[in-house]
Amino acid sequence: MEVILFYLTASVAVISAIFVTQCRNPVNSALNLITTFLCLAVFYIMLESPFMAAIQIMVYAGAIMVLIVFVIMLLNLGLAVKERYTHGMAGAGVLAALVLFVSAYFLGAGEATGTGGSVTSEVIASYGHTELIGRAMFVDFLLPFEIASILLLVAIVGAVILSKREV
Amino acid sequence: MITVNHYLLLSAILFAIGTFGVLTRKNAIVIFMCIEVMLNSVNLTFIALSRHVGNMDGQIFVFFVMTVAAAEAAVGLALMIAFFRNKESIDTDDFNMLKW
Repeated sequence: MEVILFYLTASVAVISAIFVTQCRNPVNSALNLITTFLCLAVFYIMLESPFMAAIQIMVYAGAIMVLIVFVIMLLNLGLAVKERYTHGMAGAGVLAALVLFVSAYFLGAGEATGTGGSVTSEVIASYGHTELIGRAMFVDFLLPFEIASILLLVAIVGAVILSKREV
Repeated sequence: MITVNHYLLLSAILFAIGTFGVLTRKNAIVIFMCIEVMLNSVNLTFIALSRHVGNMDGQIFVFFVMTVAAAEAAVGLALMIAFFRNKESIDTDDFNMLKW
């Protein structure tokens, strides 16, 4: 059952990711990207990380995609012209295939090691995933969390400055 | 039985698709969306390995990747609007204002 769900979701994720790169209309690319995000949220639930799945749907499929679709609407782009085949495209295909080949080679060459940490399925079931995330974030990673808030503030100020007509 | 290798191979495939899109497309917004696909494939790797190792740190990293992606979306899309105002296009072939 789990295997069938995995392969079904994985094929949907891969096909919609291919459509993201190939659709001529940017709105269709955005909708396919949302499908990919939803499939990844399913994987996060299968990996016993429901909080990350909720964040994935709310932040990525919600906030960031709304921003992208809003900009597509604002710029009012037409359909992309059918791109001619060039040597650059062939080179890009070779490079992407090389990335895939090298990573698949390293995956096939060895096993992922380092099991036996403290966070097992029983721990997640008894404490709850959100509590574990909150404990790790506000105890071990408090300083990076504060730095991330500064980063978001700087990004907001930068976006406002860039969008203004007269600086 | 689904092992961690299945997830790692899937995220490698998604990353390769994202790379191909970034290198072939000319529309800057589509390139941006392909970068989001690549970021998400890395997030999947982080969570799969975090569950495999039994450690929470990878999932905290995913949280920070999402923060950086949100900041990147805000600034990058503002840059595209500013560029479109000047050139009436967001084709990457027209991005040549820093050349002299």
